[in-house]
Amino acid sequence: MKIPLSWLREYVTVPAKLTAEQIAQAFVKVGFEVEQIEYQGKDLKGPLLVGKVLSIEELSGHKKPIRYVGLDLGDKKTRFVICGARNFKVNDLVVVAIPGAVLPGNFAISARETYGKVSDGMICSAKELGISDDHAGIIVLPEGKVGSDALVLLDISDVIFDIAINPDRGYAMSVRGLARELAGSLKSKYVDPADTKIAKKLNSIKSNKAVSVKIEDKSGADQIFIRTLAKVNVKKPTPIWMSRRIEKCGMRSISLAVDITNYVMLELGQPLHAFDADLVDGGLRVVRAGKFSKITTLDKVERKLNPENLVIADSKSALALAGTMGGLSSEVTSSTTRIALEAAHFDPMSIAKNSRFHKLSSEASRRIERNTDPALAEIASARAASLLVDLAGAQYVGTAQSVIAIKKRKVKISIAQISKFIGYNYTVKQVKDALTLIGCKVSGSSAILTVEIPTWRPDLITSADFSEEIARLNGYELIPSRLPIGKNGGGLTQMQYRKRQIATMLADQGFSEVVNYPFVSQEMVDLLGFTGDRAKSFRIANPMSEDFPLLRTHLIPGLLTTLSRNIGRGGKDLAIFEIGTVFRNTTSLGKASLPDINKRPSAKVISDIYSGVPKQMLFVGAVAAGEKILSNWQGSGQAFTWSDAIAKVVEIVEATGNEFEIVSSDLAPWHPGRCAEIKVDGKPVAHAGELHPRVIAALNLPERTCAFAAILSELPLAKVSAAPKIWNLPATVQDVALVVASSVSAVSVENALRTGAGDLLESITLFDRYDQIGDGKVSLAFTLSFRASDRTLTSDEVAKYRDQAIASATKSCGAVLRS
Amino acid sequence: MSLQQGQIASDLALALKAISSATDLEDLKQVKIDHVGDKSALAKANQALATIDASQRAEFGKLIGSARTEVNQAFEKKSNELANLRDSKVLLTEKVDVTLPGRRTLKGGLHPLTILTNEISDLFIGLGYKVAEGPELESEWLNFDALNIPADHPARTMQDTFFVEPLDAKLVLRTHTSPVQIRTMLEQKPPIYVICPGKTYRADELDATHTPVFHQVEGLVIDEGITMADLKGTLDYFAKSIFGSEVTTRLRPSFFPFTEPSAEVDIFFNGRWIEWGGCGMVNEKVLIACGVDTKKYSGFAFGMGLERTLMVKHGITDMHDIVEGDVRFTQSFGVGKK
Repeated sequence: MKIPLSWLREYVTVPAKLTAEQIAQAFVKVGFEVEQIEYQGKDLKGPLLVGKVLSIEELSGHKKPIRYVGLDLGDKKTRFVICGARNFKVNDLVVVAIPGAVLPGNFAISARETYGKVSDGMICSAKELGISDDHAGIIVLPEGKVGSDALVLLDISDVIFDIAINPDRGYAMSVRGLARELAGSLKSKYVDPADTKIAKKLNSIKSNKAVSVKIEDKSGADQIFIRTLAKVNVKKPTPIWMSRRIEKCGMRSISLAVDITNYVMLELGQPLHAFDADLVDGGLRVVRAGKFSKITTLDKVERKLNPENLVIADSKSALALAGTMGGLSSEVTSSTTRIALEAAHFDPMSIAKNSRFHKLSSEASRRIERNTDPALAEIASARAASLLVDLAGAQYVGTAQSVIAIKKRKVKISIAQISKFIGYNYTVKQVKDALTLIGCKVSGSSAILTVEIPTWRPDLITSADFSEEIARLNGYELIPSRLPIGKNGGGLTQMQYRKRQIATMLADQGFSEVVNYPFVSQEMVDLLGFTGDRAKSFRIANPMSEDFPLLRTHLIPGLLTTLSRNIGRGGKDLAIFEIGTVFRNTTSLGKASLPDINKRPSAKVISDIYSGVPKQMLFVGAVAAGEKILSNWQGSGQAFTWSDAIAKVVEIVEATGNEFEIVSSDLAPWHPGRCAEIKVDGKPVAHAGELHPRVIAALNLPERTCAFAAILSELPLAKVSAAPKIWNLPATVQDVALVVASSVSAVSVENALRTGAGDLLESITLFDRYDQIGDGKVSLAFTLSFRASDRTLTSDEVAKYRDQAIASATKSCGAVLRS
Repeated sequence: MSLQQGQIASDLALALKAISSATDLEDLKQVKIDHVGDKSALAKANQALATIDASQRAEFGKLIGSARTEVNQAFEKKSNELANLRDSKVLLTEKVDVTLPGRRTLKGGLHPLTILTNEISDLFIGLGYKVAEGPELESEWLNFDALNIPADHPARTMQDTFFVEPLDAKLVLRTHTSPVQIRTMLEQKPPIYVICPGKTYRADELDATHTPVFHQVEGLVIDEGITMADLKGTLDYFAKSIFGSEVTTRLRPSFFPFTEPSAEVDIFFNGRWIEWGGCGMVNEKVLIACGVDTKKYSGFAFGMGLERTLMVKHGITDMHDIVEGDVRFTQSFGVGKK
């Protein structure tokens, strides 16, 4: 909330030498973030005088109507100025800047000729003075001595702090609360503005003409006071000192009765509402809306009531949405003479629900949601009533109340326990001082203190709550710094290492990592031809954009979008990858459960909660287009192909330490003839190859764009591997060229050779493939390398193994030795 | 055969002259045959030592030996000189322009979020922490209730949180990585030292400083005798590790439902205080919901936005750069630029 320093100073002694920044730091130190400091009147220089309008001459023939105004500034001569505003009449009091004055924006006032007249000053609007955004017209003062200093009258020179109030500190949404906090931070004197004396006096006045009140729903409120006033002169203007304070707090001055309720709310933190007592039928009641089906609130919106809404009703209808906003039907108007002032301590939850249900957040509801001081209903209503008497000439009629006695709360706290929790040994004095500053009454002088908790601090319950107050007011900077070390060993899990290793590997090999939003459109899912599990998306109930309401089931959609964006920005050779979670709506979910948190839920309930969360797989995916080895002066480069995508995904699977097999696949969105499926333990775990030309065309991607994806979380974890033996004796190499039908896969020939070659085969490499021999055949040439641990192999022995390998390939693949 | 001292001296002089007048390695080959090899005059004189009178053998032997050594050394020296000469001529013709760019493969890189996550994980692993992870699509109870964020809390409205259909499944895209802390406390017994990095979601429009999908890292410690001093020391260490040893931290009192006391942690970096994250002592209510014995254990927790940390650390001014996946952004970070 916004709060002027001048108002705070009324209740807290602020040393004059402190700058606004230092005062702001004092707030920050105790946990009140100062979002902005406004220096009102800083760039405003007088003379700024109260003037009385003596004459108005309308000048016509200009683009807009212009007035030539004669003013009395108390110096016995008439000063004439030009004015474009029209919201004033003869005898009105206005604010006049005369030559020599400088207004905000370095706007110097001087006598000047305009519209054929000499303008010897300027009549000012609030905006021109930099004190509000109101520029509907010039300021018309309700009071003021002609010729007096308007800077003083309007109390312009001030510092206004805009302070963020944490939700657990409802009490601080007031001058009362913030002054207390500032005093606590500065360790200076504080006077509580809440005055119980007026209340006591008013309470004693009884009258059967006072509007009665009853809390019928005890869950909604425990304190309500109705103060009835008669003969209220609602037409009297709000005094300048009051309207200026209201404006400085960021609210608008509306009318005297409303301004008084707002002023008291700002001063004490207690929201109040004024009803036109003549429009209340019978007494007031705090009830749930029940059968009352609607209410038109002060903002002129007709609202359908939920039966659970908390309302203030009379015998016939709901008159106000309790703690949130008053109703139009009992609004104080210019014809009001009797007022019923209401102040209550409402249940914060009920008011929060009122506010949420109607999407209506008001100054009142924001305070009550955060909990108000229950003792204030009585005090604030009395304060507002006395202001109505003083300022609106009202006559006090009487008080009605419905209250549940406020219980005093006393607890014992252990200084040792608090010190141990914070890690700093507080003295008895430090603890007592801190708690006294926030309004506690502390007794005892030993390690255990008895604390009476003030009514405005319902949040103080546990030892931790008191620890925070003691640590905060003594300063968090007192707490020492200590570095604890884990006791059960640290480190990454194998899956975490895997993720890191694969990311680093891809980055090293030319792939750039991206982190895409996991939101996709139905069109993309359809375009990519996802079916089965990959078409089972979760839908977000409230997506950022209705175009992207689905959670991704795969990484390829996001990668293709990002690829397109890079191409759009001029990228040509692009390889991008992502490691991320995908979401598939494939399992039936357990029953959702939201158990109470006052104890650990049962094993059964925890298991239900866990099983209610769908399994989410971790993927790695990549797309690539353009060159992997870049063209340069030495010649042309090498483009990414289907084969690179497959090689990359094979490297990934190998890096996880898994055995795998590769088969041909026609899975969308890949090219049906250029897609490899990698299986581990018979389960598909990865796909790679060239994208389907239809997808490439639809997304306007480079021809032959390729892609791969692997499910990292589905690849089994490897056991700790034993280091291999490295044999030093020379290897013996044999080359074999075989002719097979072109439908036979290279890997099947390789596997057959491997099977036949025996245990001494160390490696096998396909070094040539020739597909120009016709007759639907291809030639595949392999290098077989053999090595033994104990002897140098002779060429005769190796020739035997080679022949066995060829025989095996002939048997299972129909391979013929190429002549 | 007889040997004469004068002859040996003149053979030596002849050999040295021949060596010194050779102009290339080709010349030197002939010089070697004529004056150094087995058929040279000095070699022959050496062979003749066996035939002369024994009384003269020592004297002549010495004379011939020293002459041959002198020739060999001169030859060796000349041979090196001429080889160097030849090399420098030949190699000069092979000179290239070494500033010509070499063959490059496409440049890749890790996203800075990954680099930062790794860096943070590693520094906490050094303190004996484990890295804990959990699902991004998460149960409402683990994301809110268990963290003392009650059903009517404003964070639980559709304005702030993404809900996933069907609504009665009570699933949300996690709004923080804190449910991982809850899962850890439900699954493990203290002492617990974990760091929880991960993706999080809030219904904010993408602009220069906000993104609906962002990343957090949270830390949780539950142990006997854990105090706010431990929290402070850990944050100091964390800040210095990430931003440099000259960085200082400051705690400001604040409020979070899941911690009490709560604080904002600021860092003094590049001459100003910057809000970095939130922290506090784990609220007793949260410990109780997870079945932690509050008489024996206490704990602290903290959380930072990784995007914000990156922006501060690397002077990134626009969130779009982090989320849009422009390869030029990623490539600039390589595989782990600090």
